[in-house]
Amino acid sequence: MSDLKKIKEEFILKLNKKLNLENINQVKSELFGKNGIISSQFKNIGKIKESERKKFASELNLIKDDLQNLINSKINEIENSEINKKLDKEKIDVTLPERPFIKGKIHPVSQTIDEISSIFSEIGFNVEEGPDVENEYNNFTALNTPDNHPARDMHDTFYLDEKKQKLLRTHTSPVQIRTMLKGKPPFKIIAPGRTYRSDSDQTHAPMFHQVEGLYIDKNINMGHLKGCLNYFIKEFFEVNKIKMRFRPSHFPFTEPSAEVDIGYEIKDGKIVIGEGDKWLEILGCGMVHPNVLKNVKVDIEKYQGYAFGIGIDRLAMLKYGINDLRAFFDCDYRWLNHFGFDPLDVPTNYRGLSR
Amino acid sequence: MKITFDWLKDHLNTNLKEERLLEKLTDIGLEVESVGDLSAGLDFFKIAKIAKIEKHPNADRLKVCDVNVGDKELKKVVCGANNAREGLITIYAPPGAIIPKTKTKLVIAKIRDITSYGMLCSEAELNLSDESDGIIELSSIKYKKKIGKNYFSKSSSKLIDLSITPNRPDCLGVRGIARDLAASGFGRMKNSNERKVNSKTRQKIKIKINKERNQGCVVFGSCLITNVKNAESPKWLKDKLISIGQKPISAIVDITNYVMFDINRPLHAYDADKIEKGIIVRNSKSGEEFTALDNKNYKLEKDMCVISDNKGVLGLGGIIGGTRSATEFNTKNILLESAYFEPRSIRNTAKKLNLDTDAKFRFERGIDPMSIESGLNKTAFLIQEICGGEISKVDIQKIGEFKNKIIKFDPNLFEKISGFRISTKEMIKILNDLGFKSKKEKNYFRLTIPSWRPDILQQVDIVEELVRISGYDKIKTIEPIKKRTKSTLTQTQKLFHFLQRAIASKGYLEAITWSFTDSNYNDHFKGTNTEIKIINPISSELGVLRNSIFSNLIMCIKKNLDRGFKDLSIFEIGPIFTGYNPGEQNTVICGLSAGKKSRLSWIEKERNIDVFDVKRDVVQTLVEAGYNSEKFFTDNKTPNHYHPGKSGRLFLNKAKDQVAAYFGEIHPNILKKIDLKTESLVGFEIYFDNLKLSHKTLNDQKAKFRVSDYQKSERDFAFLVNKEVTAQEIINVVSSVDQNLISNIKVFDVYEGDNIPENQKSIAISVSIQSLEKTLNDRDLEKINKLIIETVENKTGAKIRS
Repeated sequence: MSDLKKIKEEFILKLNKKLNLENINQVKSELFGKNGIISSQFKNIGKIKESERKKFASELNLIKDDLQNLINSKINEIENSEINKKLDKEKIDVTLPERPFIKGKIHPVSQTIDEISSIFSEIGFNVEEGPDVENEYNNFTALNTPDNHPARDMHDTFYLDEKKQKLLRTHTSPVQIRTMLKGKPPFKIIAPGRTYRSDSDQTHAPMFHQVEGLYIDKNINMGHLKGCLNYFIKEFFEVNKIKMRFRPSHFPFTEPSAEVDIGYEIKDGKIVIGEGDKWLEILGCGMVHPNVLKNVKVDIEKYQGYAFGIGIDRLAMLKYGINDLRAFFDCDYRWLNHFGFDPLDVPTNYRGLSR
Repeated sequence: MKITFDWLKDHLNTNLKEERLLEKLTDIGLEVESVGDLSAGLDFFKIAKIAKIEKHPNADRLKVCDVNVGDKELKKVVCGANNAREGLITIYAPPGAIIPKTKTKLVIAKIRDITSYGMLCSEAELNLSDESDGIIELSSIKYKKKIGKNYFSKSSSKLIDLSITPNRPDCLGVRGIARDLAASGFGRMKNSNERKVNSKTRQKIKIKINKERNQGCVVFGSCLITNVKNAESPKWLKDKLISIGQKPISAIVDITNYVMFDINRPLHAYDADKIEKGIIVRNSKSGEEFTALDNKNYKLEKDMCVISDNKGVLGLGGIIGGTRSATEFNTKNILLESAYFEPRSIRNTAKKLNLDTDAKFRFERGIDPMSIESGLNKTAFLIQEICGGEISKVDIQKIGEFKNKIIKFDPNLFEKISGFRISTKEMIKILNDLGFKSKKEKNYFRLTIPSWRPDILQQVDIVEELVRISGYDKIKTIEPIKKRTKSTLTQTQKLFHFLQRAIASKGYLEAITWSFTDSNYNDHFKGTNTEIKIINPISSELGVLRNSIFSNLIMCIKKNLDRGFKDLSIFEIGPIFTGYNPGEQNTVICGLSAGKKSRLSWIEKERNIDVFDVKRDVVQTLVEAGYNSEKFFTDNKTPNHYHPGKSGRLFLNKAKDQVAAYFGEIHPNILKKIDLKTESLVGFEIYFDNLKLSHKTLNDQKAKFRVSDYQKSERDFAFLVNKEVTAQEIINVVSSVDQNLISNIKVFDVYEGDNIPENQKSIAISVSIQSLEKTLNDRDLEKINKLIIETVENKTGAKIRS
């Protein structure tokens, strides 16, 4: 047996003993250190006979590789076992709570306003606004509701002055007046906002929300009104079919006027929209009265159109199963948390109104 | 307006069912509000006879009656009525019955130790009359064979409550409703069979309408009925009134009420003998008084329309009569009034006196001015029929003439507005059925408007009649076109929605509170704003418009703290008011946070929520909205409701033109005054209207993308400065040294106390230095270091700490 083979066998034997990292490194330097056994053999290559030199060199290289590989695998083995030992000790209880976070919410009325805007956006309405404090003219007179009109009784108005000239708007309809006075037809707007009536009981709050709709153009008739509201209700309640009833009514600022009911039923104590044989009034609408158009200087020979007013809080209650109107404004932390929406849930057309 | 199908059938021939009627009423705009069964529960009440009577052992005024109710067993009933006696036939209500007057349900009860099974009823308790003295005495001849039978005959007709819109006074009478139904194809109208009074006797009481400014009475028709005998109404009349929930009183009153509900013609009956020397219809004088039929005394203002005689006011025309001339059971001679009062006058008077009556409700909406005579005829004959007497000639006094309105109607307008078509023949049929007279002229119709329709004023009102009667279900559904020519939201509206959601995403729950508030709370936050009072608030706690959202939000915080919550974050975005005029309002985003961060956390250290928490929420929100925080400027001038030392105001730029936001601790005095207990309460107000909008699109706003790949160095500096020097000043000074090289400045320590002279503090900052052009060598860095130190020391009086 050549010297080289002897070295190899001797060290394989040595390395296969139970060694720690230190022992292995010692063996490593015995072999490959500056004066290590293998290193010295390489230095000897030059002294070997030319005829045997090639063979010797290749043999030496093979042995070097074998031993090196063996050493590396041994080191690996030990390192792995040490990591494993450490991992065994490093177990934590991942069921412990995460670091604290708090979650904000959007009020259901705000969410509903965004849903409504999103739906009407699709069919070309843009959003207008008006002030909460209005003058008597915009809120009543311009809307064909002169002083002493019995219809004013239906609006229990909050006044800011004894002469009853300044008031909190009783509906969003004055935005119609403001919009038409400042622009030229066609008009195609919605106007959501706060409205006020001095009425307070289980089903009435002194402040509530309405959205006004107005579409004035050439040849806009009651069929367009019906189509628009039908579309809106279907989209809003996210149903394919809706049972809707147009019923004659009276508002001073529209003629003809209608109230709109939707069909519903109660299933397992919850209201289901669009089916059933019960009717629920959800909005008032009609063709804008020629007197109103005259008041805002719109040419009634050329233009006509419709308007509607919807109670936003009511819609939110129906869609989200909220029973008590007054709770909307009561600021109960539990209620806000329960009925509120995640701020990232922005109603849009492309991803749908709600999750 | 309450009606029954039976009553409708007095005016309408129809074979259709009640169910169909309810649908039809709603379909033509006479909305059915509710359908009730007035006779429900009335079958409890039995005709009964008192068989035996004993004194109550424990009460002098009570009796114990054994009552025969048709069963074998007698019922024991304790009764307190004086007229209870053996053999009396009366009405018995068993346990379970609901007493109509009190709406209470009878139960078996012990009355002074004697168990009473039900009760014996008075007329008042059954809403038959006001007679509450004693129990009902039924005629033994008529009722002796009916013991045990139901007293009330079962009414087959349900009570239908209609919501009549204010434009339809004609439908405040059953006949008007019948007319609408007939026009819509629900049966045929019956003839009214009107008889005319044909008397030779003159109406002897002189009537005069004063010609005054704003005289509220235009026509006053009357007739005299002499030698009547007022009595209880006959059963048919009582039943009729009871069927719509009215209480019978006496024949004369009942008849006038009946005529009012039947043909919508309010009348008033005076006891003619109580009128002193004729009637004058005039404007009231200020301070005049009279006692009305509701037994209240009214003090009148100037110019209210009164019916008076020589002695003074008899009644308020068209609103309410007075007690002085009221008819009674012994009334012998009646003056019957049928008049036309101006709606405006009625409304003004009733509003000022806060009076609401059936007559007022009708006159203010407009009564048919042509129904004066027919009303008198119908009423006078009924009185004569029931109470006897002789009817005089009808006397009509008037100061004005009524003329039917004429409208030229272009039939093409119908389709233009409704979107569907009906034939002109159909149009004319509907209009004729509704009482319009029509005459074709060229391409339009000349329509004579019926006198009972004050609401029909122009062509579009005719269209409404035609659509309504044809049926709203005929209106086609025209699908909307999905086309947008204008952006839905303006830039401002987009920003509003963005900020709303940005703040919510920082952990705040959005609340919506009233725009009004309690002035006591508002006072804490109103600052220099004027208080805006509501003159008719719902309660004094909601008496003013809010000058700040804080007043309501702090109440919310308090309420929720009281509920046991400790850590709360709430915000609202909405209006605050600065003046009485439209538009004098600002949109504010206002938030409040109370309590601690990381309360009871196993991993994080808990701490009180503080100013820098809200400052982060404000700044982060504004940065998310697109504002550059490097330009922000903050100082400590804040309104009084903030802690003076722990609050700040923030501007979007150093020009400081408009405050973007305030933030800070709420003043401890306020917490003390409203007794709010929490570890910490911080808040903010972002002034939405002061946020300048960028006119650039999002795309334009992004500056050119520029980064440096050269080595970045970070140098730390600690400066000793006077306490008054703000961190912001130091940062501004450092960043001004070389804007090309200094990319980021961070404050990583602020220290006061040991080893630092009093009135001074140490501020440590870390500055990132990087060039876009080259790797900086030691010499470059040394140079900029020196420059930073020099500049800070020179401009702020700081000293570098070594």
